[in-house]
Amino acid sequence: MDAHALDLALTRISHQILERHGDLGDTCIVGMQSRGVFLAQRIAAKITAMVGLASPLLTGILDTTLYRDDYRSRLRQPEVRVTDIPFDISEKSVVLVDDVLFTGRTVRAALDALMDHGRPREIQLAVLIDRGHRELPIRADYVGRKITTSPTQEVSLKVSELDGEDSLWLMELEGEGDGQ
Amino acid sequence: MSLQIQHLLGLEGVSREDINLILDTADSFYGVLQRDIKVVPTLRGKTVVNLFYENSTRTRISFELAEKRLSASPLNFSVSTSSVNKGESLRDTIQNIEAMKIDMVVVRHPCAGVPYFLTQCTNAVIVNAGDGLHEHPTQALLDMMTIRQKLGRLEGLKVAIIGDIFHSRVARSNAWGMKTMGMNVTLCGPPTLLPQHTDSLGVPVTDDIDEALDGADVVMLLRVQLERQSSAVFPSVHEYRERYGFDLEMLSRMKKEVVIMHPGPINRGVELASNVADSDNSVILDQVTNGVAVRMAALYLLGGGSEAT
Repeated sequence: MDAHALDLALTRISHQILERHGDLGDTCIVGMQSRGVFLAQRIAAKITAMVGLASPLLTGILDTTLYRDDYRSRLRQPEVRVTDIPFDISEKSVVLVDDVLFTGRTVRAALDALMDHGRPREIQLAVLIDRGHRELPIRADYVGRKITTSPTQEVSLKVSELDGEDSLWLMELEGEGDGQ
Repeated sequence: MSLQIQHLLGLEGVSREDINLILDTADSFYGVLQRDIKVVPTLRGKTVVNLFYENSTRTRISFELAEKRLSASPLNFSVSTSSVNKGESLRDTIQNIEAMKIDMVVVRHPCAGVPYFLTQCTNAVIVNAGDGLHEHPTQALLDMMTIRQKLGRLEGLKVAIIGDIFHSRVARSNAWGMKTMGMNVTLCGPPTLLPQHTDSLGVPVTDDIDEALDGADVVMLLRVQLERQSSAVFPSVHEYRERYGFDLEMLSRMKKEVVIMHPGPINRGVELASNVADSDNSVILDQVTNGVAVRMAALYLLGGGSEAT
């Protein structure tokens, strides 16, 4: 998946969100650390431009580290990153954005984290990639692309804001070669 | 990213990377404390024993609150209600508590070195909440967090710590920690309240308050321990206030954005004038708020991975 395909997928997700959200009055877009943050900002910018909104769509940043379910089994603590949701999400329609949907555990943590910020009217999930292998009963409302993977592979997204380019990589964890 | 240290015994010898990681993590927990729901589930199932062999209100409730906000289970042990009064040794006490399957111990003790001693006779993670005249690391961390919050950086700032340096573990932890962070610390107090061997602290020590205050970005006043007056280390409270008390007139001679700190509890009108303690330059209540965030950060970073121990 190259930069162009990635952009098309985000455009399509933006259209779908628009279709389901009507006047966007209560809609906000929350990106999950770290790559999801940039995808959320791009989706919000696309929607804002499509409709010609006077003020940009509300966006927030969510870090799920403190809500993970593997704290006791890890030897090293994952770094706690920024959470910044500068508005009240109560009664809002929140679109949660992440790059890759895999086991569903991060989304479970994100749902708990969001609930501690308020009581949204609804939460929807948008992901760029759904790679299967769910371990929890979680699904996405908006999917950029579904891909077939094996559990030992790693799907890794690069975004220009962090990595200097937009691209998607599928890698064997054993390091037996990789392909774009 | 994870800490190099396994226990928080003091700030002497703790790296700049570790201090930065604790302070950055504390900033995130500060965000949690601003929410309506101030609890995260991170340390669910962890038991933390607060082992206090010395009176303390502020530090103990700050730790207890930090533990509760992380969803850990605190267990409070204070000396007045314990079997210590029946002659049990420290090693026996800790091993008995550990036999009840606990994960971390927060300890305050009148003897220096007790937290280190505990690491030698238990597998639990040890956090020092003040040991004798040695260290009080979480206080120094919350001081640095507060300074960074107010002035945006630590490196290069000039700090004057004034008061009973000899009896102050806060001064010692700050001297070590702040030096590591590239700050210029000067310790100042009456000659009778200065430690004798100051070389090991590696920071200048003076009894001249004007010298200490010159160009300071941060002024930290320490509590005059009035109960020590009987031991004749200073002639009278009045004399102490005249020579080392910090008042509005002195504040007016400082930089406009100078930060005034005090680890509490304050003797208003002795080491710190009441109107300075309540002035816009005072960050004393921010210190208390940040204390909970810093302790959450330390417990979070030290506490995970029970399989490791």
